[in-house]
Amino acid sequence: MLIKSQTEIASHEITDRKVFESRRQFIKAATALSASALLPNQAQAEPGKYANAAASPYSIAVGTTDREDVISYTNYYEFSTNKQDSTLLAKGLTTSPWSVEVLGETEKPGVYHLEDILKDNPVEERIYRFRCVEAWSMVVPWIGFPLGEMLKKLKPTSKAKFVQFTTLYNPDIMVGQRSHVLEWPYVEGLRMDEAMHPLTILATGMYGDTLPNQNGAPLRLIVPWKYGFKSIKAIVKIEFTETMPATAWNKSAPGEYGFYANVNPEVPHPRWSQGRERVLGSSIFAPKRATEKFNSYGEQVAGLYSAMDLTKFF
Amino acid sequence: MRLNKQHWAVIKLLVFTLSLLPFFELLFDGINDQLGANPIETLHFGFGDWALRFLCIGLALTPIKIIAGQSWPVRFRRMMGLFAFFYASLHLLVYVVLDLSLSWTALIDEAPKSPYILAGLVTYLLLLPLALTSTQSMQKRFGRYWLVLHRLVYVAAITALVHYFWLVKKDYTQPLIYAAVMTMLLAVRIYKFYQKQMRRVKTRSPGLRQKKTTNNEISR
Repeated sequence: MLIKSQTEIASHEITDRKVFESRRQFIKAATALSASALLPNQAQAEPGKYANAAASPYSIAVGTTDREDVISYTNYYEFSTNKQDSTLLAKGLTTSPWSVEVLGETEKPGVYHLEDILKDNPVEERIYRFRCVEAWSMVVPWIGFPLGEMLKKLKPTSKAKFVQFTTLYNPDIMVGQRSHVLEWPYVEGLRMDEAMHPLTILATGMYGDTLPNQNGAPLRLIVPWKYGFKSIKAIVKIEFTETMPATAWNKSAPGEYGFYANVNPEVPHPRWSQGRERVLGSSIFAPKRATEKFNSYGEQVAGLYSAMDLTKFF
Repeated sequence: MRLNKQHWAVIKLLVFTLSLLPFFELLFDGINDQLGANPIETLHFGFGDWALRFLCIGLALTPIKIIAGQSWPVRFRRMMGLFAFFYASLHLLVYVVLDLSLSWTALIDEAPKSPYILAGLVTYLLLLPLALTSTQSMQKRFGRYWLVLHRLVYVAAITALVHYFWLVKKDYTQPLIYAAVMTMLLAVRIYKFYQKQMRRVKTRSPGLRQKKTTNNEISR
């Protein structure tokens, strides 16, 4: 029946991208005309925009989820609450030109063009675990840059304690925003130390290429130790604030979705367990994976919360 | 044209085959790896949706009979009920075998933390005796208690809805649609019941009371 590739692969077993691509080139040349028929994932064989992005020591050494799964299974309520519909509807979004407004407690407020941001902040590849609050997970090779590096350049004032992010609001295209399933626009936020943490990135691509619209193009947050809903998509505004931002899911159900939203198997969602996660792309007979505290990034981030009761500040 | 026994047998076979289509669709999608990024969820939700749909269809037959004034819908009541049970069984089977990987520890960890799972299990336990007593011989054996027992289906419909509402993250559109359909179906029954009561009250009106009392006395 369903036999898919196992997700958990030791790093030494992962084919180096250059080897992989040179093999592809060879196959292409050798089979010339029939190549397209023989290579189902031919699009991936073409070098993407960020094919040469530098590797990062922050990447984890596990095999990545099939790109096909990652691009077809997305929560993007701005378009639809249905994961397949949102994938299709998001295609209508224009992501270029794009600019980000920076305001609040900063010495350098203003509107920044995305291309300028990317010029100032070189991207690299970060292979991270991604754990959704709905108890499924995947491993994604993001292309992005450390958020902290960008924030430092924006010179936050001493009053800046939090960073608030806002998604584009455009109900003409983001048709999900016409319904009141969440309060629009979507807002997320991080404490300053979380935002400055080297694991936190702003992603503009994945799998060596630009982000598909449904995955949050052209610029999204990735905080790998938190549930996916913290990793806000299509960011148009970054604001430095003195007080804790009121975030979208927290506003909609404060008892179920906290501001911190750290992945934690010991703190169940009020309506379901967070002890295990379905790994996308694994065989249907594979058991679920035991969820790790801070999504396996505990060593790097647990210190941020050492003085906090995580059952209270979930 | 009047339909005879053979005609009904053919129609029933047709309905039976149609009712199996969702099962085969999901089965073939599974064999061809067409269940998407989360195949277990697709199977699990797919079977769950169809269990609810057949429950709705089964509960719609009596209201249709009432409104249309025809008795044919009742012929399909058992089959629709059993298909609801069939899809509910597959729904549970996918949960236990694929989602929990037959792990008791996983169930013991998950179920108490997930009220919707408990509501789902209760629904299944309510449907189980109905499916087991659905044969004609059982119907005879249980006599007038059979109907009382089978009223459990209304409880099951409610717990099934609770199960759905509890698991949804935010968008209640789908469970609300099922709730609206079931409320309408129930409303028809309540209206019919109310009408009957009214008729009974009328028969007890002063002009007729005398006769009724006499009847009762005779029967004593």
